[in-house]
Amino acid sequence: MNGQTLVHSPVGGKLMTGPFKVLLAVAGIGAIVALYRFFLGLGAVSSLNDGYPWGIWIAFDVVVGTALGCGGYAVALLVYILNRGKYHPLVRPAVLTSLLGYGFATLAVTIDLGRFWSLWKVAILFWRWTHSPQLEVALCVAAYNLVLLVELSPALFEKWRSSPSTSLRAWSERGLRFVDRGLVWILALGILLPTMHQSSLGTMMLLPGPQMHPLWFTPWLPFLFLWNSIVIGYAVVVLEASFSAAVFGRRRETAMLTSLSSVAAWVALCWVAFRLVEVAVAGKLPLVASATGIAFLAEVLLATAGAAILLSQERRARPMWQVRAAILLLLAGALFRVNTYMVAFSPGPQWSYFPALPELLITFGIVAFEVVLYIVAVKTLPILGGAAPAAAQR
Amino acid sequence: MSLNRRSLLKVIATGGVAATASSNTAAAAPEHRVAPAGAMGMLYDTTLCIGCKTCVVACKQANDRQPDPGPWESEKLYDAPMDLNADTKNIIKLYHEGDVRSYFKAQCMHCVDPACSSACMLGSLHKDEVTGIVSYNPYYCVGCRYCQIACPFNVPKFEFNKASPKIVKCELCRHRVKEAATVVGGFTRYPPGQGPACCEVCPRQAVIYGKRDELLAEAKRRIAENPGRYCQDRIYGETEVGGTQVLYLSHVPFEKLGLPEFGDRPIPEAAYTVQDGIYWRLPFVAPVALYSVLAAVMIRNRRAETGMSEKEATP
Repeated sequence: MNGQTLVHSPVGGKLMTGPFKVLLAVAGIGAIVALYRFFLGLGAVSSLNDGYPWGIWIAFDVVVGTALGCGGYAVALLVYILNRGKYHPLVRPAVLTSLLGYGFATLAVTIDLGRFWSLWKVAILFWRWTHSPQLEVALCVAAYNLVLLVELSPALFEKWRSSPSTSLRAWSERGLRFVDRGLVWILALGILLPTMHQSSLGTMMLLPGPQMHPLWFTPWLPFLFLWNSIVIGYAVVVLEASFSAAVFGRRRETAMLTSLSSVAAWVALCWVAFRLVEVAVAGKLPLVASATGIAFLAEVLLATAGAAILLSQERRARPMWQVRAAILLLLAGALFRVNTYMVAFSPGPQWSYFPALPELLITFGIVAFEVVLYIVAVKTLPILGGAAPAAAQR
Repeated sequence: MSLNRRSLLKVIATGGVAATASSNTAAAAPEHRVAPAGAMGMLYDTTLCIGCKTCVVACKQANDRQPDPGPWESEKLYDAPMDLNADTKNIIKLYHEGDVRSYFKAQCMHCVDPACSSACMLGSLHKDEVTGIVSYNPYYCVGCRYCQIACPFNVPKFEFNKASPKIVKCELCRHRVKEAATVVGGFTRYPPGQGPACCEVCPRQAVIYGKRDELLAEAKRRIAENPGRYCQDRIYGETEVGGTQVLYLSHVPFEKLGLPEFGDRPIPEAAYTVQDGIYWRLPFVAPVALYSVLAAVMIRNRRAETGMSEKEATP
């Protein structure tokens, strides 16, 4: 927790690069389509219907999106709870991706909600709170967004510390001290809240009981979701570190990522083992031999493949294999979530759903905007570890 | 959730997330919700229905819903919805297979333990304490459509084509009630024009309304008087999914009509066993305990670390 000894620095360099402009354009298209949705209703831009009221916005943008934002959670567990201080340089970039993941999941929810203007009531009218698992998710995600902002605020304060304005300098010194003093309580919240809402995301799909495929319907669903968010979290951290090393010319912390990969492999294997044992004990194995069973097998096999790569000491040490394995683990984790929210849910044979083009454009726009903000943040704020290399000026 | 010594010991013994698993066994004898004493409902009898759809028309008028031309979109001549939708709270469907045929009336079942209102974040869908009607108040609705996901009968519908959409479902015409109900011919009824429109217009009394208890008694009477007439001599909704306030008598198997065998346990039970096991059995004890443990571990770690760096700094 010796944040002071660790040096973070902005990448710097030109912002308006070619790929950046492409991302901005994709985000812009998404924004225009979203505007259309706000004036004409959900039906005008999506193939959502009364049988499948939830589509990719929920299953991908929100349920997978928040898991992609679990890097901060997964790394915090290692650094602050298991006391593995060596991973500390990974914390701040992971918190940034978490904030973006959760922030954009919140944005996606706002687009998806039919009556989004009433959303504030959920936080305020506490005397009307019910036992809805979704209420738990909503409140926790809102609170976690705030916690992540506080966790990331030192990056902003450190930047302002060298600003020409005296009052801003004094203010940011005070802010830094304040955050440092309350750090333990904030960080503990930063672990408690994802534990709560990531498991509740699983509880949510227990409610449509008879409409769920038995392979995804188990009282252990909350636990599977929680564990799965940690697998995805580690995969995202490896990918994010590799991405910023490749794109911004930072020194890649390969040794650190090697040992993190080993952790990820075992966490993923435990998940696979638990998933299989639960299905076997509940006597659901015969169901695997079906069309829907393929979706289940894909989850398990992708995760096993990713873990298997990382169990080989030689491969684990090599950046390329780390990235490949992380992608496999990410796909496995995301697939489990999409399967639970879309494949396993069946309202009846008369209903069907396939995302419409405008619906996809909004999702692409959200993802693109997320990457845009990530690039802006790491280029202008002290997020990434280590001093800025000269090569980053390109 | 009542708090007793056994559950207290149980949660302390298992603690935190582990309570999830233990509460599964604790739920072996759950306290089921029962219908309120004044629960209003409907009884539909397939052997009486002639499929005239007067109830569908009356429902639309009473609830101010637009006609839906269904497959005849181009002519726009008929109101011919194919299923429940944002403009259709009540529908008559036809089942036929060989010589066996039956009409079926679909609308909200007004479950005794409704999954939709369990899903609802601010109780926008709410089961009335007196009448047991599952009512909708758009003021508290954020349009998340979790109720649609949760309902096993696929009843709540959503206005996908409106910028300011609402959930649409049968509310047993509660907006028509102005005066108190009185008992008429053994059934609790409102003055004409104030009861459920579908029941009031039915020319064959295929669907009637009243208190759930009265309707159950009536259904049992019909079964007793007509041996062999009704499938399995069963009333769908008496115990199914923990009981519903809309009851069905049928001469064909219920699952053929769109009333599957869901068992007698309320649909929300699986989710609640977990959710309440973690958060409500002992209100917020699990999260607060976890938070304290996390903070304690971090403080210990931090102390160990600063102690170490001081030692390193001294020589």
